[in-house]
Formats: sequence, structure tokens, C-alpha cells
Amino acid sequence: MSLYPAAKLLGTLFKEGELDMAPTRDGYGTGLVEAATKNKNVVALCADLTESTRTQAFAEKFPARFFECGVAEQNMACVAAGLAVSGKIPFIASYAAFSPGRNWEQIRTTVAYNNANVKIAGHHAGISVGPDGATHQMTEDIALMRALPNMTVIVPCDAEEARKATLAAAHIVGPVYIRFAREKSPVFTTDVSPFTPNKAQVVWESHKPQAVIIACGPLVYNALHAARLLEREGIMSVVLNVHTIKPLDEKKITDLAKKYGAVVTVEEHQIAGGLGGAVAELLARTHPTPIEFIGMLNVFGSSGSPEKLSVKYGMDVQSIVRATQKVLSRK
Amino acid sequence: MDALHEKKLKKLEEIAAALRHDAVEMVINAGSGHIAGPLGMADIFAALYFHVIAHNHRRPAWPDRDRVILSNGHICPIQYAALAHAGYFPKEEMKTLRQIGTRLEGHPHRGALPGIETTSGPLGSGLSQACGVALAGRLDGLKYRTYCVLSDGEHQEGNLWEAVMFAAKHKLNAVTAIIDRNNIQIDGMTEVVMPLESLRAKYEAFNWHVLEIDGNNIAQFVDAIWEAHAVYEKPTVIIAHTIPGKGVDFMEFDYHWHSKTFSKAEAKKALHELRTLEEKIISEHQ
Repeated sequence: MSLYPAAKLLGTLFKEGELDMAPTRDGYGTGLVEAATKNKNVVALCADLTESTRTQAFAEKFPARFFECGVAEQNMACVAAGLAVSGKIPFIASYAAFSPGRNWEQIRTTVAYNNANVKIAGHHAGISVGPDGATHQMTEDIALMRALPNMTVIVPCDAEEARKATLAAAHIVGPVYIRFAREKSPVFTTDVSPFTPNKAQVVWESHKPQAVIIACGPLVYNALHAARLLEREGIMSVVLNVHTIKPLDEKKITDLAKKYGAVVTVEEHQIAGGLGGAVAELLARTHPTPIEFIGMLNVFGSSGSPEKLSVKYGMDVQSIVRATQKVLSRK
Repeated sequence: MDALHEKKLKKLEEIAAALRHDAVEMVINAGSGHIAGPLGMADIFAALYFHVIAHNHRRPAWPDRDRVILSNGHICPIQYAALAHAGYFPKEEMKTLRQIGTRLEGHPHRGALPGIETTSGPLGSGLSQACGVALAGRLDGLKYRTYCVLSDGEHQEGNLWEAVMFAAKHKLNAVTAIIDRNNIQIDGMTEVVMPLESLRAKYEAFNWHVLEIDGNNIAQFVDAIWEAHAVYEKPTVIIAHTIPGKGVDFMEFDYHWHSKTFSKAEAKKALHELRTLEEKIISEHQ
């Protein structure tokens, strides 16, 4: 097994029945309370989704620093901007479809252009929201946030990394977007797994790799499974967890592309403007490389169970395996 | 804020006349920009910066300063003129408005120029930010007040009413909204484009304290500010009825001047009228 030792992942991560399962939003809840305990300037706002965005624990522990905004995401973003220009570190939470979906212009002007120290937690992102359907399956949020100057964009791969990302966001001076998922997913990183925003983390490295699988969010777990299957077939790969999509770890991605000459990107988001787009823009500039893209191909999602949707939109383990085989044929 | 003596009132009227002149000159120089709003709001800006707010141009980040949040960023020439006259930046710099390399952006940008608290231009977002600023002051136990200047037309934005609800919920009595009720917007008269009346009844229904004044009457404005200070249980809105283009005869009440630019002849005429007005006010006071 070629798990990358420095990533300090759970040794038992392929034994699915034994893994802790938790949604990445849980990490937001614990990270937020930790950040607020350390820094009294941390405040939190929510738009009528306090429990499901896991803002509840903060609200109970720090009631004076919690502001319920009601179903008004535009106002929430701007109130946060006002708090931030007055020295506070506001975290705003709603579903990603509404924040940054509904309130994008307010974020653009009052948060990003203002360079206000606001942290935007976009919950229930991606198709794994499942039965609620495409209205609630936000698959354009990374693109919306990545296009904004001053904005940092982080997509944690599991609940533990989500906790670290939330803590890290409180330390970054400037606007940050963090993307969270609703569904439970395997917790395969550990409290000692390194997490530095802007530093992509190798999580798998077969002997003499032929391709690089670049993934973000809970799909990093699928990418690990795919790498293991590929290794059994004699196809060697590296898996890179690009949890920070902006600023992108340009050096690491370029170095790996130069070394191994083929790339697969994996994300639960539109390929246009997402991780795939970001990697393609980078490599076109630094080292043109064949790339296969896993993600939403200019379509909206639909209702269904997360597992079936994952197959329908080609984000399951087998799809990653096939994409890797395909990219090797283009080398 | 001291009581407004007759002498101080005259002084503020002189300042307002000077701000009008400078705002028009800035927009003429720039070759574009909005001018009806700045002329209508000159009296209120003179009163805010030279009588009402606690501030210090040498310490623009002074934590206890009163905040002026300009929500309708397009009337920034009048705020720029007020800031220049208050010493925040050299008056000569006013002529750089909208030019390459300027600190006086076409719409105001926080960080570009001392005294600008927030970035604005897109309408309907200023009151929300004012609420955030006021909440932070409450958390920190600071006594500053937050004045938010709004246009009437921007009350057509949904975001603004979200903020009206939020301020009332949190009883943000340190927030005073000042509406430039000049009845004009780009496409015409507000009541034709998208009726706003009754603004008073709307704000009352949202649980705000509502005052209506002649916005070109400095004494009335200052009285209203005093009353707002005395209201503890809710935020206050001052609906300031102003004359768009005030001070230039051919511009007054004409909605085309919301964002129209000056021809050479119009520029000359406008500046002449304003200079005459300024001289008249000064001579009356002597």
C-alpha cells in the first residue's frame, strides 16, 4: 500500500466498516468554537440554518457574539463586512446555493473589494446533498469565489481537515471561502495530518508514478480508492489533495505534472471555473500536460441518493480509474 | 455635538455653498459623474462633517470616531468635497476625481482615501454594513454613532429592507439612517419608476423612529439628529426632503441631471450661479 507517510492518514482508511463517518460541516462546528475560544473577536452569523450549518454550538457557547440574520443572505454578508471593518472576524454560514449563490455581488463589493476579514462558510455544497435536488446542490460556488480578487478558497476533504481549515481561516487576514458538504463521509485524516492553506498535500504515491490525480473535498477519498485499484492493475499514480484552490499551490502541481506527464482532476463542482479549470489554466502556462476532468460537465444535478448521483455524474471510484487509464493513453 | 448658534449656522451654510461649488467643479473636470444628488445633499454633508460627527482628520482610524457610511456611493463628490474641506486630503487633489491613479475613485473605495469607511456604489448594501459597524461598537462598549446616508431610489433594492428589519430586531439605536428623498432616479421620478410612498409608513411598520425634514435646512437637520440621539429603543431614520440640483436653477428638480454630464456652456453657467450664491451667503452673513 502506497499511502504517503508524511500525510499521516489513518492506517485503516480502506477498511470502510471501521471508519468514522462525519459530514465536513461537523468540522466547521468544532473549528468555529475552537477559533472563538482562542480569539474573542471571532463572531458568527447565520441565515436561519443554525443547526444544519453546525453553528449551533457556537451560538450556545457565545450567545452575545452570535447574530441570527433570518433568511436574508445579502444582508448577512454586508453586516459581516461592517463587523469586519470594525475589527471583528465574522464567520457567515448558509447553504452555498444561497451564500455565495444569492449574495455574490454583496460579497464581491463589501467583502472582497473592501478586503474585509469575513469568512464565508458555504454548506451543503456539491451533488452529495442528494434528494433535495439541483436547487440545493451548489456546483458553481468555487468558480464564483475563485474569480474574486483577495479571496482564499478552501475545500476540506473530511471533517478533521474542515476543523483545521476553519481554524486556519480565522488566522488568515482577508476574505476566505470554505466549502462544506452535508453528507457523512469517511474521516481519513488525523489530528496530526499536516494542513497548511496553499500547500497541497500528497496523500498517495505508488512506486514510479505515471499520472497525478488531483482532487479536492470528500472525493479525495474516492481518488485514494482509485489509486489503490490502479496500482493493482499495474498503473502507478500520485494522489494530491488540493484543499486550497486559491491561492493554488502552483509549484507542487507544476512539479508533479513535469515529473509524471499526465493529470486527472477530481471535484464535485462544475469543471468550468472549478479545480479542473484552475489546474488547466496553471498548466497551460507552466507545463502543458494532458488532463482528464472529473466533475460536472455543464449540467445541473438532480434528486437521488448521493451514491447513485456519484455514479450518474461520473465521480465514483470506477470513473476515476477510467479517467486515469484514458489520460495515460494520451501521453 | 454643540448647540447650533446662529453664527455657527451661518458658517455651515457658507461651507455648504463651498462644497456645492467644489462638487460641481470636480464633476466638470472629470467629464462624468453624478451631480444632482451631491448638490441636494450639500447642506447635510456640511452639517455632518462640520457640526454633528466626532472625528479627527489626523486620526481617520480613531476607534471612537462617529462613522459616516455612504450607501449611495454615486454622490461621493459631495463627500469628497467635505473630506477635503475637513482636512483629510489636500483640496487640490479634488481635481483628480475619476482620473487614472487617483485616490478619488468614481465610486468611493475603503482604503483608497482616508475618511472613506466602506466601499459603495452598488445600491442597497450600505445600511447592512452600518448595522455591522454598530454591532461591533456595541460588542466593544464604544459609544460612537453610525450615520448611514441613503438614496430614495435604492429603497427599491431588497437588500435594503433586509437591513431595515435587522436594525429594528437588534434595536440599533446608534444607527441613524438619512434618506436623500429627492424623488429622482436615473430613469425618471421615483413614483413613476417604482413608487416608494409611503416611506414613513413603511419605516414605522418596520419599527423605526421616523423623522421628516427639509433636507436643505441645516437647522432642521441638526434638530432631527438631536432627537435621534435621544431615542434609545430603536433606530431612527431621517427622511430628508431635498431639492436635486439645489443651487443651480436650471438643474433643480430635473431628473435628467441625476447622471447627466455638463456641456461647456452649462458648466460655465452652473459655476457662475454657485459662485454668486456663495458670495450672497457670505455677504448676508457679514
